[in-house]
Amino acid sequence: MLEVELHQDAPIPLAARLVCAPCELLALVGPSGSGKTTILRTIAGLYRPKAGRVAVDGTVWFDAARGVHLPTHRRRVGLVFQSYALFPHMSALDNIVAAMGHRPRGERAERARELLRLVHLDGLEQRRPAELSGGQQQRVAVARALAREPAVLLLDEPFSAVDRATRQRLYLEIAELRRVLSMPVVLVTHDLEEAMMLADRLTVLHRGETLQTGPPQEVTTKPASPQVARLVDVGNLFEGTIAGTDRERGLALLDWRGRLLEVGGPPPAPAGTRLPWLVPDGFVILHRRDRPSRGERENPIPGRIEQMLVLGQTARLSLRPDHAPELPIRFSVPLHVARRNGIEPGVAATVSLLAQGIHLMAPTGS
Amino acid sequence: MDWVAIRLSLELAAITVALLLPIGVFLGRLLAYRDIRGKEVVEALVALPLVLPPTVFGYYLLVAFGMASPIGRLWNELFGRQLVFTFEGLVLASVIFNLPFAVQPMQRAFEAIAPDVRAAAACCGMPPWRATLEIELPLAWPGIVTALVLSFAHTLGEFGIVLMVGGAIPGETKTVAIAIYDRVQAFDDVGAGQMALVLLVFSLATIAVTFLASRRVGRRLG
Repeated sequence: MLEVELHQDAPIPLAARLVCAPCELLALVGPSGSGKTTILRTIAGLYRPKAGRVAVDGTVWFDAARGVHLPTHRRRVGLVFQSYALFPHMSALDNIVAAMGHRPRGERAERARELLRLVHLDGLEQRRPAELSGGQQQRVAVARALAREPAVLLLDEPFSAVDRATRQRLYLEIAELRRVLSMPVVLVTHDLEEAMMLADRLTVLHRGETLQTGPPQEVTTKPASPQVARLVDVGNLFEGTIAGTDRERGLALLDWRGRLLEVGGPPPAPAGTRLPWLVPDGFVILHRRDRPSRGERENPIPGRIEQMLVLGQTARLSLRPDHAPELPIRFSVPLHVARRNGIEPGVAATVSLLAQGIHLMAPTGS
Repeated sequence: MDWVAIRLSLELAAITVALLLPIGVFLGRLLAYRDIRGKEVVEALVALPLVLPPTVFGYYLLVAFGMASPIGRLWNELFGRQLVFTFEGLVLASVIFNLPFAVQPMQRAFEAIAPDVRAAAACCGMPPWRATLEIELPLAWPGIVTALVLSFAHTLGEFGIVLMVGGAIPGETKTVAIAIYDRVQAFDDVGAGQMALVLLVFSLATIAVTFLASRRVGRRLG
Protein backbone atom coordinates (compact mmCIF):
# COMPACT_ATOMS: atom_id res chain seq x y z
CA MET A 1 0.00 0.00 0.00
CA LEU A 2 1.33 3.38 -1.03
CA GLU A 3 0.24 6.41 0.98
CA VAL A 4 1.20 9.91 -0.08
CA GLU A 5 0.37 13.25 1.47
CA LEU A 6 2.20 16.37 0.32
CA HIS A 7 1.87 20.05 1.12
CA GLN A 8 3.83 22.96 -0.18
CA ASP A 9 3.08 26.51 -1.33
CA ALA A 10 6.23 27.25 -3.33
CA PRO A 11 8.12 26.82 -5.61
CA ILE A 12 5.71 24.17 -6.91
CA PRO A 13 2.34 24.29 -5.12
CA LEU A 14 1.31 20.89 -3.77
CA ALA A 15 -1.77 19.74 -1.88
CA ALA A 16 -1.86 16.09 -2.74
CA ARG A 17 -3.31 13.05 -1.04
CA LEU A 18 -3.34 9.67 -2.62
CA VAL A 19 -3.48 6.04 -1.72
CA CYS A 20 -2.73 3.14 -4.02
CA ALA A 21 -3.37 -0.47 -3.03
CA PRO A 22 -1.26 -3.46 -4.08
CA CYS A 23 -2.15 -4.63 -7.60
CA GLU A 24 -3.98 -1.38 -8.21
CA LEU A 25 -3.17 0.99 -11.06
CA LEU A 26 -3.79 4.60 -10.11
CA ALA A 27 -3.54 7.21 -12.86
CA LEU A 28 -2.63 10.81 -12.08
CA VAL A 29 -4.29 12.94 -14.71
CA GLY A 30 -3.96 16.65 -15.27
CA PRO A 31 -2.70 19.26 -17.67
CA SER A 32 1.02 19.89 -17.97
CA GLY A 33 2.27 21.82 -14.98
CA SER A 34 -0.33 20.26 -12.68
CA GLY A 35 2.34 18.63 -10.53
CA LYS A 36 1.89 15.02 -11.67
CA THR A 37 5.55 14.37 -12.30
CA THR A 38 6.57 16.23 -9.14
CA ILE A 39 4.42 13.85 -7.09
CA LEU A 40 5.97 10.87 -8.85
CA ARG A 41 9.47 12.21 -8.27
CA THR A 42 8.65 12.80 -4.63
CA ILE A 43 7.60 9.17 -4.21
CA ALA A 44 10.91 8.16 -5.80
CA GLY A 45 12.88 10.52 -3.57
CA LEU A 46 14.10 12.64 -6.47
CA TYR A 47 12.22 15.66 -5.16
CA ARG A 48 11.83 16.78 -1.58
CA PRO A 49 8.79 18.96 -0.80
CA LYS A 50 8.57 21.11 2.30
CA ALA A 51 5.89 19.12 4.06
CA GLY A 52 4.30 15.73 3.75
CA ARG A 53 4.73 12.03 4.12
CA VAL A 54 5.31 9.06 1.83
CA ALA A 55 4.89 5.56 3.21
CA VAL A 56 5.00 2.21 1.45
CA ASP A 57 3.74 -0.96 3.14
CA GLY A 58 4.09 0.77 6.50
CA THR A 59 7.71 1.84 5.90
CA VAL A 60 8.14 5.60 5.95
CA TRP A 61 10.21 6.84 3.00
CA PHE A 62 9.62 10.50 3.60
CA ASP A 63 8.28 12.40 6.59
CA ALA A 64 9.08 16.09 6.63
CA ALA A 65 7.87 16.52 10.20
CA ARG A 66 10.26 13.85 11.48
CA GLY A 67 13.06 14.76 9.11
CA VAL A 68 12.97 11.37 7.39
CA HIS A 69 14.09 11.34 3.76
CA LEU A 70 15.32 7.99 2.50
CA PRO A 71 17.67 8.52 -0.45
CA THR A 72 16.37 7.25 -3.78
CA HIS A 73 18.77 4.33 -4.01
CA ARG A 74 17.46 2.97 -0.72
CA ARG A 75 13.80 3.13 -1.76
CA ARG A 76 12.56 0.00 -3.51
CA VAL A 77 11.03 1.90 -6.37
CA GLY A 78 10.81 1.18 -10.08
CA LEU A 79 10.48 4.25 -12.24
CA VAL A 80 9.88 4.23 -15.98
CA PHE A 81 10.91 7.66 -17.22
CA GLN A 82 9.19 9.56 -20.01
CA SER A 83 12.55 9.59 -21.83
CA TYR A 84 13.16 5.98 -20.65
CA ALA A 85 16.59 7.15 -19.41
CA LEU A 86 18.28 3.89 -20.38
CA PHE A 87 22.03 3.73 -19.83
CA PRO A 88 23.26 4.35 -23.39
CA HIS A 89 26.61 2.62 -22.95
CA MET A 90 25.09 -0.67 -21.79
CA SER A 91 23.32 -3.46 -23.63
CA ALA A 92 19.64 -4.13 -22.95
CA LEU A 93 20.64 -7.02 -20.69
CA ASP A 94 23.20 -4.96 -18.75
CA ASN A 95 20.67 -2.15 -18.30
CA ILE A 96 18.48 -4.63 -16.47
CA VAL A 97 21.33 -6.26 -14.55
CA ALA A 98 22.32 -2.75 -13.38
CA ALA A 99 19.15 -2.63 -11.28
CA MET A 100 19.87 -5.94 -9.52
CA GLY A 101 22.43 -4.87 -6.96
CA HIS A 102 20.24 -6.50 -4.30
CA ARG A 103 20.57 -9.99 -5.85
CA PRO A 104 23.46 -12.44 -5.70
CA ARG A 105 25.77 -11.90 -8.69
CA GLY A 106 25.24 -15.39 -10.12
CA GLU A 107 21.47 -15.00 -10.47
CA ARG A 108 21.38 -11.62 -12.16
CA ALA A 109 21.90 -12.48 -15.84
CA GLU A 110 19.36 -15.32 -15.73
CA ARG A 111 16.73 -13.17 -14.04
CA ALA A 112 17.41 -10.33 -16.52
CA ARG A 113 16.80 -12.76 -19.40
CA GLU A 114 13.52 -13.80 -17.79
CA LEU A 115 12.44 -10.17 -17.57
CA LEU A 116 13.36 -9.56 -21.20
CA ARG A 117 11.21 -12.55 -22.13
CA LEU A 118 8.38 -11.12 -20.04
CA VAL A 119 8.44 -7.90 -22.09
CA HIS A 120 8.85 -9.85 -25.36
CA LEU A 121 12.42 -8.78 -26.07
CA ASP A 122 14.20 -12.14 -26.03
CA GLY A 123 16.91 -12.20 -28.66
CA LEU A 124 17.73 -8.51 -28.27
CA GLU A 125 19.82 -8.92 -25.08
CA GLN A 126 23.01 -7.52 -26.58
CA ARG A 127 21.50 -4.52 -28.37
CA ARG A 128 22.35 -1.09 -27.07
CA PRO A 129 19.49 1.41 -26.53
CA ALA A 130 20.45 3.32 -29.70
CA GLU A 131 19.90 0.11 -31.68
CA LEU A 132 16.36 -0.38 -30.34
CA SER A 133 13.09 1.18 -31.51
CA GLY A 134 11.12 3.50 -29.22
CA GLY A 135 8.73 0.74 -28.22
CA GLN A 136 11.59 -1.66 -27.52
CA GLN A 137 13.36 0.95 -25.40
CA GLN A 138 10.19 1.44 -23.40
CA ARG A 139 10.01 -2.31 -22.77
CA VAL A 140 13.62 -2.38 -21.58
CA ALA A 141 12.79 0.52 -19.25
CA VAL A 142 9.83 -1.43 -17.85
CA ALA A 143 11.95 -4.56 -17.41
CA ARG A 144 14.65 -2.53 -15.67
CA ALA A 145 12.09 -0.98 -13.32
CA LEU A 146 10.80 -4.47 -12.45
CA ALA A 147 14.34 -5.80 -11.99
CA ARG A 148 14.61 -3.72 -8.84
CA GLU A 149 11.70 -5.77 -7.42
CA PRO A 150 10.03 -2.53 -6.50
CA ALA A 151 7.53 -2.03 -3.70
CA VAL A 152 5.97 0.63 -5.96
CA LEU A 153 6.06 0.89 -9.75
CA LEU A 154 5.94 4.44 -11.14
CA LEU A 155 5.24 5.17 -14.82
CA ASP A 156 5.90 8.73 -15.96
CA GLU A 157 4.10 9.33 -19.30
CA PRO A 158 5.65 6.10 -20.58
CA PHE A 159 3.67 6.05 -23.82
CA SER A 160 4.14 9.63 -24.99
CA ALA A 161 7.29 9.10 -27.05
CA VAL A 162 6.07 6.33 -29.34
CA ASP A 163 3.83 6.33 -32.40
CA ARG A 164 0.16 5.52 -32.15
CA ALA A 165 0.34 1.91 -33.35
CA THR A 166 3.17 1.09 -30.95
CA ARG A 167 1.27 2.80 -28.15
CA GLN A 168 -1.79 0.61 -28.69
CA ARG A 169 0.43 -2.50 -28.55
CA LEU A 170 2.15 -1.28 -25.40
CA TYR A 171 -1.23 -0.65 -23.72
CA LEU A 172 -2.11 -4.28 -24.25
CA GLU A 173 1.26 -5.40 -22.94
CA ILE A 174 0.94 -3.28 -19.80
CA ALA A 175 -2.57 -4.63 -19.23
CA GLU A 176 -1.21 -8.16 -19.66
CA LEU A 177 1.81 -7.46 -17.47
CA ARG A 178 -0.41 -6.23 -14.66
CA ARG A 179 -1.67 -9.73 -14.08
CA VAL A 180 1.76 -10.75 -12.78
CA LEU A 181 2.45 -7.57 -10.80
CA SER A 182 1.53 -7.42 -7.14
CA MET A 183 2.68 -3.91 -6.20
CA PRO A 184 0.85 -0.59 -6.42
CA VAL A 185 1.34 1.06 -9.82
CA VAL A 186 1.09 4.83 -10.32
CA LEU A 187 0.76 6.08 -13.89
CA VAL A 188 1.22 9.73 -14.76
CA THR A 189 -0.45 10.84 -17.97
CA HIS A 190 -2.05 13.86 -19.54
CA ASP A 191 -4.06 11.57 -21.81
CA LEU A 192 -7.46 10.93 -20.28
CA GLU A 193 -8.31 8.14 -22.70
CA GLU A 194 -5.11 6.35 -21.77
CA ALA A 195 -5.98 6.69 -18.08
CA MET A 196 -9.54 5.43 -18.69
CA MET A 197 -8.19 2.41 -20.51
CA LEU A 198 -5.51 1.35 -18.05
CA ALA A 199 -6.41 2.65 -14.61
CA ASP A 200 -8.52 1.13 -11.84
CA ARG A 201 -8.89 4.57 -10.34
CA LEU A 202 -7.82 7.97 -11.45
CA THR A 203 -6.91 11.11 -9.60
CA VAL A 204 -7.49 14.48 -11.21
CA LEU A 205 -4.82 17.05 -10.44
CA HIS A 206 -4.74 20.77 -10.91
CA ARG A 207 -1.90 23.02 -9.77
CA GLY A 208 -0.58 20.32 -7.48
CA GLU A 209 -3.94 19.70 -5.83
CA THR A 210 -5.67 16.33 -5.97
CA LEU A 211 -9.25 17.33 -6.81
CA GLN A 212 -11.01 14.00 -7.16
CA THR A 213 -10.15 10.31 -7.05
CA GLY A 214 -12.38 7.52 -8.23
CA PRO A 215 -13.02 4.87 -10.87
CA PRO A 216 -12.56 6.40 -14.34
CA GLN A 217 -16.22 5.99 -15.22
CA GLU A 218 -17.30 7.82 -12.09
CA VAL A 219 -14.84 10.70 -12.44
CA THR A 220 -15.75 11.31 -16.06
CA THR A 221 -19.52 11.12 -15.61
CA LYS A 222 -19.88 12.42 -12.08
CA PRO A 223 -17.12 14.98 -11.60
CA ALA A 224 -17.05 16.45 -8.11
CA SER A 225 -16.88 20.05 -9.26
CA PRO A 226 -17.14 22.19 -12.39
CA GLN A 227 -13.33 22.44 -12.29
CA VAL A 228 -12.93 18.66 -12.49
CA ALA A 229 -15.58 18.59 -15.21
CA ARG A 230 -13.55 21.03 -17.27
CA LEU A 231 -10.30 19.14 -16.63
CA VAL A 232 -11.73 15.80 -17.73
CA ASP A 233 -13.52 17.59 -20.55
CA VAL A 234 -17.10 16.55 -19.75
CA GLY A 235 -19.16 18.99 -21.77
CA ASN A 236 -22.58 20.47 -21.16
CA LEU A 237 -21.89 22.19 -17.87
CA PHE A 238 -24.75 24.46 -16.77
CA GLU A 239 -26.36 25.96 -13.68
CA GLY A 240 -29.83 25.26 -12.39
CA THR A 241 -32.03 25.49 -9.29
CA ILE A 242 -33.46 22.60 -7.31
CA ALA A 243 -37.21 22.80 -7.83
CA GLY A 244 -38.39 19.92 -5.70
CA THR A 245 -38.71 16.16 -5.51
CA ASP A 246 -40.87 13.62 -7.28
CA ARG A 247 -41.00 11.19 -4.35
CA GLU A 248 -43.11 8.64 -6.15
CA ARG A 249 -40.55 8.13 -8.88
CA GLY A 250 -37.51 8.89 -6.75
CA LEU A 251 -36.53 11.83 -8.91
CA ALA A 252 -35.22 15.29 -8.24
CA LEU A 253 -36.64 18.19 -10.21
CA LEU A 254 -34.30 20.81 -11.58
CA ASP A 255 -35.24 24.17 -12.99
CA TRP A 256 -33.02 24.98 -15.94
CA ARG A 257 -33.86 28.43 -17.20
CA GLY A 258 -37.56 27.84 -16.74
CA ARG A 259 -37.55 24.26 -18.06
CA LEU A 260 -38.14 21.54 -15.53
CA LEU A 261 -35.75 18.61 -15.82
CA GLU A 262 -36.11 15.25 -14.09
CA VAL A 263 -32.92 14.03 -12.47
CA GLY A 264 -32.26 10.46 -11.29
CA GLY A 265 -31.82 10.09 -7.52
CA PRO A 266 -32.77 12.31 -4.59
CA PRO A 267 -31.76 15.99 -4.70
CA PRO A 268 -28.42 16.76 -3.00
CA ALA A 269 -29.67 20.12 -1.67
CA PRO A 270 -32.97 21.69 -0.52
CA ALA A 271 -35.34 23.26 -3.01
CA GLY A 272 -34.27 26.69 -4.17
CA THR A 273 -30.56 25.87 -4.08
CA ARG A 274 -28.65 26.99 -7.13
CA LEU A 275 -26.02 24.51 -8.26
CA PRO A 276 -23.93 23.46 -11.24
CA TRP A 277 -25.03 20.42 -13.19
CA LEU A 278 -23.94 18.59 -16.27
CA VAL A 279 -24.99 15.93 -18.70
CA PRO A 280 -22.20 13.96 -20.44
CA ASP A 281 -22.29 13.52 -24.20
CA GLY A 282 -23.43 9.88 -24.00
CA PHE A 283 -26.65 10.81 -22.15
CA VAL A 284 -27.94 13.23 -24.79
CA ILE A 285 -30.24 11.39 -27.21
CA LEU A 286 -31.28 12.83 -30.57
CA HIS A 287 -34.95 12.35 -31.42
CA ARG A 288 -35.92 11.05 -34.82
CA ARG A 289 -37.19 13.93 -36.84
CA ASP A 290 -39.63 11.95 -39.02
CA ARG A 291 -41.64 10.37 -36.20
CA PRO A 292 -41.72 10.56 -32.41
CA SER A 293 -39.84 7.88 -30.49
CA ARG A 294 -40.18 6.39 -27.07
CA GLY A 295 -37.59 8.35 -25.13
CA GLU A 296 -39.16 11.62 -26.08
CA ARG A 297 -40.89 12.15 -22.81
CA GLU A 298 -37.61 12.15 -20.89
CA ASN A 299 -36.49 15.79 -20.56
CA PRO A 300 -37.13 16.79 -24.18
CA ILE A 301 -35.25 19.92 -25.22
CA PRO A 302 -36.28 21.38 -28.57
CA GLY A 303 -33.87 23.66 -30.37
CA ARG A 304 -31.89 24.30 -33.53
CA ILE A 305 -28.73 22.61 -34.73
CA GLU A 306 -26.00 25.22 -34.65
CA GLN A 307 -23.01 23.26 -35.79
CA MET A 308 -22.14 19.86 -37.20
CA LEU A 309 -18.55 18.67 -37.30
CA VAL A 310 -17.82 15.37 -39.00
CA LEU A 311 -14.96 13.45 -37.36
CA GLY A 312 -14.57 10.17 -39.21
CA GLN A 313 -17.78 8.20 -38.68
CA THR A 314 -18.98 10.47 -35.88
CA ALA A 315 -20.93 13.74 -36.15
CA ARG A 316 -20.27 16.22 -33.33
CA LEU A 317 -23.37 18.36 -32.99
CA SER A 318 -24.32 21.40 -30.99
CA LEU A 319 -27.91 22.33 -30.40
CA ARG A 320 -29.14 25.75 -29.26
CA PRO A 321 -32.19 25.10 -27.04
CA ASP A 322 -35.21 27.27 -27.86
CA HIS A 323 -35.58 28.34 -24.22
CA ALA A 324 -31.88 29.24 -23.76
CA PRO A 325 -30.16 29.69 -27.13
CA GLU A 326 -26.99 31.03 -25.52
CA LEU A 327 -26.32 27.66 -23.83
CA PRO A 328 -25.62 25.13 -26.58
CA ILE A 329 -25.78 21.42 -25.76
CA ARG A 330 -22.98 19.41 -27.37
CA PHE A 331 -23.31 15.74 -28.23
CA SER A 332 -22.25 13.15 -30.80
CA VAL A 333 -24.17 10.71 -32.94
CA PRO A 334 -22.98 8.20 -35.53
CA LEU A 335 -22.66 9.95 -38.85
CA HIS A 336 -25.31 7.75 -40.51
CA VAL A 337 -27.84 8.72 -37.82
CA ALA A 338 -27.21 12.40 -38.51
CA ARG A 339 -27.55 11.84 -42.26
CA ARG A 340 -30.73 9.77 -41.98
CA ASN A 341 -32.34 12.46 -39.86
CA GLY A 342 -31.38 15.21 -42.28
CA ILE A 343 -29.33 16.94 -39.61
CA GLU A 344 -27.51 20.04 -40.79
CA PRO A 345 -26.85 23.48 -39.33
CA GLY A 346 -30.05 25.50 -38.94
CA VAL A 347 -32.61 22.63 -38.82
CA ALA A 348 -34.95 22.20 -35.86
CA ALA A 349 -34.26 19.14 -33.71
CA THR A 350 -35.11 17.82 -30.27
CA VAL A 351 -32.91 15.95 -27.84
CA SER A 352 -33.63 14.14 -24.60
CA LEU A 353 -31.37 14.59 -21.58
CA LEU A 354 -31.52 11.20 -19.85
CA ALA A 355 -32.45 11.58 -16.19
CA GLN A 356 -29.89 8.99 -15.09
CA GLY A 357 -27.08 10.89 -16.83
CA ILE A 358 -27.77 14.32 -15.35
CA HIS A 359 -25.27 14.92 -12.58
CA LEU A 360 -25.88 17.55 -9.93
CA MET A 361 -22.79 18.95 -8.25
CA ALA A 362 -22.40 20.53 -4.85
CA PRO A 363 -23.36 24.21 -4.84
CA THR A 364 -20.32 26.31 -5.72
CA GLY A 365 -18.77 28.24 -2.91
CA SER A 366 -19.76 25.66 -0.28
CA MET B 1 68.52 16.60 -30.20
CA ASP B 2 68.21 17.06 -26.43
CA TRP B 3 66.82 13.68 -25.39
CA VAL B 4 67.11 14.55 -21.71
CA ALA B 5 64.79 17.51 -22.21
CA ILE B 6 62.33 15.42 -24.23
CA ARG B 7 62.29 12.73 -21.55
CA LEU B 8 61.83 15.33 -18.83
CA SER B 9 58.93 16.92 -20.70
CA LEU B 10 57.23 13.54 -21.20
CA GLU B 11 57.67 12.68 -17.51
CA LEU B 12 56.31 16.06 -16.46
CA ALA B 13 53.30 15.70 -18.77
CA ALA B 14 52.58 12.12 -17.63
CA ILE B 15 52.72 12.97 -13.92
CA THR B 16 50.63 16.12 -14.46
CA VAL B 17 47.95 14.14 -16.27
CA ALA B 18 47.97 11.40 -13.62
CA LEU B 19 47.38 14.02 -10.92
CA LEU B 20 44.80 15.92 -12.95
CA LEU B 21 42.62 12.87 -13.56
CA PRO B 22 41.26 12.62 -10.00
CA ILE B 23 41.38 16.39 -9.43
CA GLY B 24 39.56 17.12 -12.69
CA VAL B 25 36.91 14.44 -12.15
CA PHE B 26 36.27 15.71 -8.64
CA LEU B 27 36.09 19.39 -9.58
CA GLY B 28 34.30 18.83 -12.91
CA ARG B 29 31.62 16.69 -11.25
CA LEU B 30 31.26 19.13 -8.38
CA LEU B 31 30.81 22.10 -10.71
CA ALA B 32 28.46 20.16 -12.99
CA TYR B 33 26.07 18.73 -10.39
CA ARG B 34 26.31 20.57 -7.12
CA ASP B 35 24.62 23.84 -6.44
CA ILE B 36 27.47 25.10 -4.30
CA ARG B 37 27.81 28.62 -3.03
CA GLY B 38 30.50 30.64 -4.76
CA LYS B 39 30.44 28.31 -7.75
CA GLU B 40 31.14 31.24 -10.09
CA VAL B 41 34.23 32.15 -8.07
CA VAL B 42 35.59 28.61 -8.30
CA GLU B 43 34.88 28.53 -12.04
CA ALA B 44 36.62 31.87 -12.51
CA LEU B 45 39.66 30.71 -10.53
CA VAL B 46 39.89 27.52 -12.56
CA ALA B 47 39.68 29.51 -15.81
CA LEU B 48 42.24 32.10 -14.75
CA PRO B 49 45.26 30.48 -16.45
CA LEU B 50 43.44 30.80 -19.78
CA VAL B 51 43.43 34.58 -19.68
CA LEU B 52 46.47 35.50 -17.59
CA PRO B 53 49.78 35.97 -19.48
CA PRO B 54 52.00 32.96 -18.63
CA THR B 55 54.78 35.22 -17.32
CA VAL B 56 52.37 36.94 -14.93
CA PHE B 57 50.97 33.61 -13.79
CA GLY B 58 54.51 32.23 -13.50
CA TYR B 59 55.56 35.24 -11.46
CA TYR B 60 52.80 34.70 -8.91
CA LEU B 61 53.59 30.99 -8.69
CA LEU B 62 57.26 31.84 -8.18
CA VAL B 63 56.31 34.12 -5.31
CA ALA B 64 53.87 31.58 -3.88
CA PHE B 65 56.40 28.71 -4.06
CA GLY B 66 59.37 30.72 -2.79
CA MET B 67 60.93 30.33 0.66
CA ALA B 68 59.29 33.61 1.71
CA SER B 69 55.82 32.07 1.34
CA PRO B 70 54.09 29.62 3.70
CA ILE B 71 53.70 27.05 0.87
CA GLY B 72 57.41 27.12 0.05
CA ARG B 73 58.40 26.87 3.71
CA LEU B 74 55.97 24.04 4.44
CA TRP B 75 57.25 22.07 1.45
CA ASN B 76 60.80 22.61 2.58
CA GLU B 77 59.98 21.41 6.08
CA LEU B 78 58.20 18.31 4.80
CA PHE B 79 60.61 17.22 2.08
CA GLY B 80 63.81 19.10 2.74
CA ARG B 81 63.84 20.59 -0.74
CA GLN B 82 62.59 23.86 -2.08
CA LEU B 83 59.78 24.14 -4.60
CA VAL B 84 61.16 26.71 -6.99
CA PHE B 85 63.67 25.53 -9.59
CA THR B 86 62.88 21.85 -8.90
CA PHE B 87 60.97 19.18 -10.81
CA GLU B 88 58.37 18.93 -8.02
CA GLY B 89 57.70 22.66 -8.24
CA LEU B 90 57.30 22.30 -11.97
CA VAL B 91 54.77 19.48 -11.48
CA LEU B 92 52.75 21.59 -9.05
CA ALA B 93 52.82 24.61 -11.37
CA SER B 94 51.90 22.39 -14.30
CA VAL B 95 48.89 20.95 -12.46
CA ILE B 96 47.69 24.46 -11.61
CA PHE B 97 48.08 26.00 -15.04
CA ASN B 98 46.44 22.99 -16.68
CA LEU B 99 43.34 23.16 -14.47
CA PRO B 100 41.11 24.84 -17.08
CA PHE B 101 42.20 22.38 -19.78
CA ALA B 102 41.33 19.46 -17.51
CA VAL B 103 38.34 20.70 -15.54
CA GLN B 104 36.30 22.44 -18.23
CA PRO B 105 35.95 19.53 -20.71
CA MET B 106 35.23 17.16 -17.82
CA GLN B 107 32.61 19.54 -16.39
CA ARG B 108 30.93 19.80 -19.81
CA ALA B 109 31.03 16.02 -20.17
CA PHE B 110 29.33 15.50 -16.80
CA GLU B 111 26.78 18.22 -17.59
CA ALA B 112 25.95 16.48 -20.86
CA ILE B 113 24.66 13.37 -19.07
CA ALA B 114 20.85 13.57 -19.00
CA PRO B 115 19.56 14.26 -15.47
CA ASP B 116 17.04 11.43 -15.94
CA VAL B 117 19.85 8.96 -16.60
CA ARG B 118 21.45 9.87 -13.28
CA ALA B 119 18.07 9.70 -11.58
CA ALA B 120 17.54 6.29 -13.19
CA ALA B 121 20.81 5.07 -11.68
CA ALA B 122 19.53 6.00 -8.22
CA CYS B 123 16.16 4.36 -8.96
CA CYS B 124 18.09 1.22 -9.93
CA GLY B 125 19.34 1.14 -6.35
CA MET B 126 22.87 2.34 -7.15
CA PRO B 127 24.48 4.25 -4.30
CA PRO B 128 26.22 7.45 -5.50
CA TRP B 129 29.68 5.86 -5.73
CA ARG B 130 28.36 3.05 -7.93
CA ALA B 131 26.45 5.48 -10.13
CA THR B 132 29.63 7.51 -10.58
CA LEU B 133 31.75 4.49 -11.47
CA GLU B 134 29.28 2.58 -13.63
CA ILE B 135 27.20 5.31 -15.26
CA GLU B 136 28.77 8.77 -15.07
CA LEU B 137 32.43 7.96 -15.73
CA PRO B 138 31.81 5.72 -18.75
CA LEU B 139 29.45 8.31 -20.25
CA ALA B 140 31.78 11.22 -19.52
CA TRP B 141 34.83 9.26 -20.69
CA PRO B 142 35.28 10.98 -24.10
CA GLY B 143 35.34 14.36 -22.34
CA ILE B 144 37.74 13.07 -19.73
CA VAL B 145 40.10 11.69 -22.38
CA THR B 146 39.95 14.98 -24.29
CA ALA B 147 40.78 16.84 -21.10
CA LEU B 148 43.77 14.63 -20.38
CA VAL B 149 45.13 14.81 -23.94
CA LEU B 150 44.78 18.58 -23.98
CA SER B 151 46.57 18.85 -20.65
CA PHE B 152 49.33 16.52 -21.82
CA ALA B 153 49.94 18.44 -25.03
CA HIS B 154 49.70 21.76 -23.26
CA THR B 155 52.30 20.70 -20.68
CA LEU B 156 54.76 19.73 -23.42
CA GLY B 157 54.42 23.17 -24.97
CA GLU B 158 54.29 25.49 -21.94
CA PHE B 159 57.19 27.93 -21.90
CA GLY B 160 56.69 31.08 -19.84
CA ILE B 161 55.51 29.54 -16.60
CA VAL B 162 58.11 26.77 -16.76
CA LEU B 163 60.87 29.28 -17.23
CA MET B 164 59.66 31.47 -14.37
CA VAL B 165 59.11 28.67 -11.83
CA GLY B 166 61.72 26.18 -12.94
CA GLY B 167 64.46 28.09 -14.63
CA ALA B 168 66.30 25.92 -17.14
CA ILE B 169 68.27 23.40 -15.12
CA PRO B 170 69.22 20.47 -17.41
CA GLY B 171 67.68 17.20 -16.23
CA GLU B 172 65.65 18.96 -13.53
CA THR B 173 63.53 21.70 -15.07
CA LYS B 174 64.74 22.20 -18.65
CA THR B 175 61.79 21.01 -20.75
CA VAL B 176 61.77 20.53 -24.50
CA ALA B 177 60.14 23.92 -25.14
CA ILE B 178 62.95 25.63 -23.29
CA ALA B 179 65.56 23.44 -24.96
CA ILE B 180 64.28 24.60 -28.37
CA TYR B 181 64.60 28.22 -27.29
CA ASP B 182 68.11 27.46 -26.01
CA ARG B 183 69.13 25.89 -29.32
CA VAL B 184 67.84 28.89 -31.27
CA GLN B 185 69.76 31.24 -29.00
CA ALA B 186 72.88 29.17 -29.70
CA PHE B 187 72.28 29.39 -33.49
CA ASP B 188 71.78 25.60 -33.60
CA ASP B 189 68.94 25.69 -36.12
CA VAL B 190 69.18 21.97 -36.91
CA GLY B 191 68.79 20.94 -33.24
CA ALA B 192 65.93 23.41 -32.73
CA GLY B 193 64.26 22.26 -35.93
CA GLN B 194 64.44 18.58 -35.01
CA MET B 195 62.90 19.13 -31.57
CA ALA B 196 60.27 21.48 -32.94
CA LEU B 197 59.33 18.80 -35.48
CA VAL B 198 59.05 16.18 -32.72
CA LEU B 199 56.66 18.46 -30.81
CA LEU B 200 54.68 19.28 -33.95
CA VAL B 201 54.23 15.63 -34.93
CA PHE B 202 53.36 14.66 -31.39
CA SER B 203 50.78 17.46 -31.03
CA LEU B 204 49.15 16.58 -34.35
CA ALA B 205 49.05 12.91 -33.43
CA THR B 206 47.41 13.54 -30.04
CA ILE B 207 44.74 15.76 -31.56
CA ALA B 208 44.02 13.23 -34.31
CA VAL B 209 43.77 10.39 -31.80
CA THR B 210 41.41 12.41 -29.60
CA PHE B 211 39.10 13.27 -32.46
CA LEU B 212 39.06 9.70 -33.70
CA ALA B 213 38.38 8.30 -30.27
CA SER B 214 35.57 10.74 -29.50
CA ARG B 215 33.93 10.08 -32.87
CA ARG B 216 34.04 6.33 -32.28
CA VAL B 217 32.54 6.71 -28.83
CA GLY B 218 29.92 9.06 -30.30
CA ARG B 219 28.91 6.39 -32.82
CA ARG B 220 28.80 3.72 -30.15
CA LEU B 221 26.49 5.74 -27.91
CA GLY B 222 24.43 6.92 -30.87
